[in-house]
Amino acid sequence: MQPQSLSGYRELPHTADWELEIWAPDIGTLFEQAARGMYHLCQAKLYSHPRLTHRIELIIIEPEILLIDFLTELIFLTESEGLAFDEFNLKFEGDRFIADVTGAKLESLSKEIKAVTYHNIKIRETGSELKANIVFDV
Amino acid sequence: MVRLQDLEQINRYEWEIPKSYRDDMRVPVRIFATHQLLEEIKDDKSLEQAVNAATLPGLVDRVVVMPDVHQGYGFPIGGVAATQLPHGVISPGAIGYDINCGVRLLASQIEFEAVKKDLSDLADSLNRLCPSGVGKKGHLRLKIGELEKVCKDGSRWTLQHGYATEADVRRTEEKGRLEGADPTKISKRAKERGRPQLGTLGAGNHFIEIDVVDQIFHQDAAQVMGLIEGCLVVMIHCGSRGFGHQICTDYVREFQAAVKRYSIQLPDRELVCAPLDSPEGQAYLGAMRGAANYAFANRQVLAHFARQAFEETLAGKVPNWHLHQVYDIAHNMGKIETHEVNGKQIEVCVHRKGATRAFGPGFQGLPHEYRSIGQPVLVPGSMGTASWVLVGTPESMKRSFGSTCHGAGRTMSRSKAKKTVWGEDLHKELQAQGIHIRAGSMAGLAEEAPQAYKDVDAVVETVAGAGIARKVARLRPVAVIKG
Repeated sequence: MQPQSLSGYRELPHTADWELEIWAPDIGTLFEQAARGMYHLCQAKLYSHPRLTHRIELIIIEPEILLIDFLTELIFLTESEGLAFDEFNLKFEGDRFIADVTGAKLESLSKEIKAVTYHNIKIRETGSELKANIVFDV
Repeated sequence: MVRLQDLEQINRYEWEIPKSYRDDMRVPVRIFATHQLLEEIKDDKSLEQAVNAATLPGLVDRVVVMPDVHQGYGFPIGGVAATQLPHGVISPGAIGYDINCGVRLLASQIEFEAVKKDLSDLADSLNRLCPSGVGKKGHLRLKIGELEKVCKDGSRWTLQHGYATEADVRRTEEKGRLEGADPTKISKRAKERGRPQLGTLGAGNHFIEIDVVDQIFHQDAAQVMGLIEGCLVVMIHCGSRGFGHQICTDYVREFQAAVKRYSIQLPDRELVCAPLDSPEGQAYLGAMRGAANYAFANRQVLAHFARQAFEETLAGKVPNWHLHQVYDIAHNMGKIETHEVNGKQIEVCVHRKGATRAFGPGFQGLPHEYRSIGQPVLVPGSMGTASWVLVGTPESMKRSFGSTCHGAGRTMSRSKAKKTVWGEDLHKELQAQGIHIRAGSMAGLAEEAPQAYKDVDAVVETVAGAGIARKVARLRPVAVIKG
């Protein structure tokens, strides 16, 4: 059995929707893996140019709500502007979350996510890593 | 995990998880299923989610589970729960992100055999005129003010703008317009998402399908509905698109705080709710009704373009290419209705998530021609398999808050379906069966493979056997347009 990498995501079976397990050593990387996993599920393919950076600013109420808010913002940018991102510079400053995300216009997107749900959402500390499961309505 | 031995068998088609199963249940859970379907249902978390749903404050009588139930997120897909006014709760997650996802059926006098050779062209026309797929925008570009009128007026807006007939509107649940929609309770972001999407199908399990009326079981009802054996019908399955998804997202988030304010304890955060008589509950109700009206209008605009596709392809080839509306029903909705509970008529908010209203004969809200037969119920099957037209019964009013099933119900995960079925192979297989497929993505096609769903005929036999719907006609697909 191969050792699990320090951070990552994997799809778990779910009858109707999509469930993603994400893990990382810190909260910023956990959020990044959630975004990468979500784009992977949608089979998002980006144009190589032009690259552009978008800033997302959110108020931190609790980590789980923030994670859902962050992913919801990304879904909105995909739907409204046809954008997806593959570089993430995430900062947690007091009660503010600032995400500078860099990416490009979508060349193709195979699947549509309706929403990020709160179903059993919980960021768990397991030893030296953080883990969470996210269910997407598709 | 709920085990089969935790269930009490009521009769061949009904089972109960008693209130005593878990301390926090407020009502029992009643499941409509045969033993065989129950064997499939127990394999996912549907029943556990139904038990969780039974903890919502203000519930009356029972939580009802349909035979097409499957695991969702919080509330099971195929669940019905009624909360009593004024203090019972409304839960956005128990209605779903795709508010007023539903089905419309248009029927014709076009004989399948007469247009068999034109079906491929017809599928192409439908595919071109009815935008489908990820991120597709519609032919209409609404300004915010116009979108707000759609929210308030639903199908009536489409009538005013030439996309509907009086008969279409009359033959739509609630005449295509829920009273009390309040656009001021809908976020700017939801409106932004909704503006370009009116008249679009979307992706996932949404589709437009051409079927043939294969078999008729209730001649009188079929005649009233204009269903003729051997003739074409068109089924449209979609909802409120990004507009509804955003409204639900906004309120599920807002209600995370509301449950704390109202000291509501729940086993799952996706079940968050607020009392119906609270400012939060009223705001969601107003917004949800706006999304419901948008969805009625969305299916109406798609019906308009489906008619255009039929005219474009068949004019001059058949004597009558007109598509008349049979009915349009919602299967993700919260409605204020009056039901008899313990011998008393009470007002309740019926949450139907993956369940269809199925009012019996005599209901005044039905078009006059349907009052004697009961409300038409439209049950799409999985891709390539049969769909059904049913009618509501007096029994459904007594035993399931006037509700019945909504489809086949998934039984296999999307990831497993993709590993089991190759989209291109499925496409060829369906084409070989004479079913014309137009699909935006082969991966999406694989996820919706018939193998991933229960047998819709078994689901329909169950609701008919239980008496909560009556069979009218079985439909056989000949063309499917998917996002």
